[in-house]
Amino acid sequence: MTNKKLLQNLDWCKGCGVCVSFCPKRVLEIENEKCIIARPDDCIFCGMCELRCPDNAIYLQGGK
Amino acid sequence: MNASEITKKYYRADKLPHIWCPGCGHGTLLNTVVRAIDKLGLNKDDVCIVSGIGCSSRASGYLDFNTLHTTHGRALAFATGIKHANPKLHVIVITGDGDASAIGGNHLIHAARRNIDITTICFNNNIYGMTGGQYSPTTPIGDFATTAPYGNIDKPFDLCNLAQGAGASYVGRGTAYHAQLMQKLIENGIQNKGFSFVEGLSLCPTYYGRKNKKGSAVKMHTFLKDHCVDKKIVDKKPEMAENKIIIGELYNNQKPEYTDNYKVIIDKFHNY
Amino acid sequence: MSNKEYKLLQGNEACVEGAIAAGMRFFAGYPITPSTEIAELSAQKLPKYGGKFIQMEDELSSMAAIIGASLTGIKSMTATSGPGFSLMQENLGYACITEVPCVVANVQRGGPSTGLPTSPAQGDVMQAKWGTHGDHPVIALTPNSVQETYEITITAFNLAEKYRTPVILLMDETVGHMREKLILKDPSEIKVINRKKPTCKPEDYVAYRADEDLIPPMASFGEGYRYHVTGLTHDETGFPTNNNEISGKLIERLNNKVEKNIGEMSYYEEYELEDAEIVIVAFGGVSRSAKSAIDEMRRNGKKVGLFRPITIWPILEKQINKISEKSKEIYVAEMNLGQYFLEVDRIAGKKCPVNKICKVTGELITPNEIINAIYGGK
Repeated sequence: MTNKKLLQNLDWCKGCGVCVSFCPKRVLEIENEKCIIARPDDCIFCGMCELRCPDNAIYLQGGK
Repeated sequence: MNASEITKKYYRADKLPHIWCPGCGHGTLLNTVVRAIDKLGLNKDDVCIVSGIGCSSRASGYLDFNTLHTTHGRALAFATGIKHANPKLHVIVITGDGDASAIGGNHLIHAARRNIDITTICFNNNIYGMTGGQYSPTTPIGDFATTAPYGNIDKPFDLCNLAQGAGASYVGRGTAYHAQLMQKLIENGIQNKGFSFVEGLSLCPTYYGRKNKKGSAVKMHTFLKDHCVDKKIVDKKPEMAENKIIIGELYNNQKPEYTDNYKVIIDKFHNY
Repeated sequence: MSNKEYKLLQGNEACVEGAIAAGMRFFAGYPITPSTEIAELSAQKLPKYGGKFIQMEDELSSMAAIIGASLTGIKSMTATSGPGFSLMQENLGYACITEVPCVVANVQRGGPSTGLPTSPAQGDVMQAKWGTHGDHPVIALTPNSVQETYEITITAFNLAEKYRTPVILLMDETVGHMREKLILKDPSEIKVINRKKPTCKPEDYVAYRADEDLIPPMASFGEGYRYHVTGLTHDETGFPTNNNEISGKLIERLNNKVEKNIGEMSYYEEYELEDAEIVIVAFGGVSRSAKSAIDEMRRNGKKVGLFRPITIWPILEKQINKISEKSKEIYVAEMNLGQYFLEVDRIAGKKCPVNKICKVTGELITPNEIINAIYGGK
């Protein structure tokens, strides 16, 4: 079990969809022009969404 | 504050969200700069970020370092003054394609020629975004811009070749899609004692993308994913370079550095 | 007993001696006649003091480099002439709005454009004030001798440091290339002013919050006060603002720093002015011709005197006004078509006639030309 968590700052999300498209596990979706974590249980905590998000709006917390 | 530890540590988070358009590649590239600095463990007080004018150059204001947002094209000239006056500072220039190679082209080649220890990161989106989509020195031939309504006839620069030819000792090219590579190139660039030039292929869905029917930010990322090939691969299989953009570490060759050379002159005198 | 040293130097060399005495430890420049000796001597001397010299690729970058250096806490200057001064205007404005101390020597030559590179002129008087765009503060000083070039260069640095604004040393080719005796001062006799630094903790530092004297304390890059500097109109935190009221207040404060302290930077010379009925206003090289002309006319009983502004900008309104109340006629002699004249006429013109003695041939105005102009007017 990991203690990592996928978190968001929706005030900063501009809904560009980059994180959604390049998530290898299709965890994310766009809803009402913002990214939502639709399937958190599928997340493998690869951090690609955080790395590519231009707006610092999605990130992993905890663990290493 | 809802933000990652790295964002809280290195960004002036109260200035976020930044002004860049949805999907702009600059935000991703800026993240790679911050991660590279974090990875190297630089003291924030010793880092100086210098930028010029344009979309890219707004980056300095979002970062919690010594930050200098200068005049159009002149970032490297200001940075040269800072580095020469205080060589202990890590001086990093964030610039754009127009800023670095049109109005600032002369400063770019001369900073490279001196091999002064400055890391220059160019967010290249092939367009002037801040002024609404005019063609830049990196807009491909045939592409459209508000000032190239019938297609661009200006031959574009290869910025990395330009920097290398002018004397840079470290040159690399990453992209907003290849963020991990970009981060690594910036780390190497900062560590290189000399002039480093790292081009980050960015994307402008708002102006360049729309004018040239490139589709969404996601489609433009996909283009970068599909059309770039690392130099390491090309070195083994040259045929892989066909119709591709070469990314990765392009040049790495230690040369005497400017402020080191000047110190030798100062050390000749002992009466100060 | 102070330790005086005598030298035979040209004005340009005296400028470097003064600059180093004032604490200049960074010079960036680009070769241009007739200012080049300032760069050459800086290149030779600075490393001996642990200072830095760099020859940049042009004057745009020279101006940028000295601002960058000054931000690290090092006193910096550049030197140029007309065409280079035109290129420096961009970042002179940047230094004004970001309040970065620096000194720019402009050894004036004939213009416009490439003009007369080896000949004296004073055609950049208005450019010194209005060359960069927008309303901005300007301090410009004009020496008329080698000794004064040395001393006024020290003053230029002191004013730049005190008021956090670029100071222009508006020389002319006559003074720049003239050789005279220079008495170097003992360091103990030289008053050196350094910029005001913050005394608060870095986390409490508000980079552009001015004290009562309208001047914000200035931290150096690398000292732990991480702050933002931009040429965009900014609020007291240093970050860009579009707030109209804050924008207006910034521009007013920048200008008031100079305008409200004009008494602290009013340098001038009065020669035979006490009983003068006719006053010649002249500065730089021309003022030396004016003095000869006055001596000659005095021998013939004509009551003529000289008012020589050393501070060209801000305009010495109070002093010019006073002259206009006492004199019957004013002549402004300058190597241009009447630039300083415009200001003198604006201030004094309602009280007494103001005439101009102008020359743009690339030669110094001679004493005889001044005498003839004044007698010709009678």
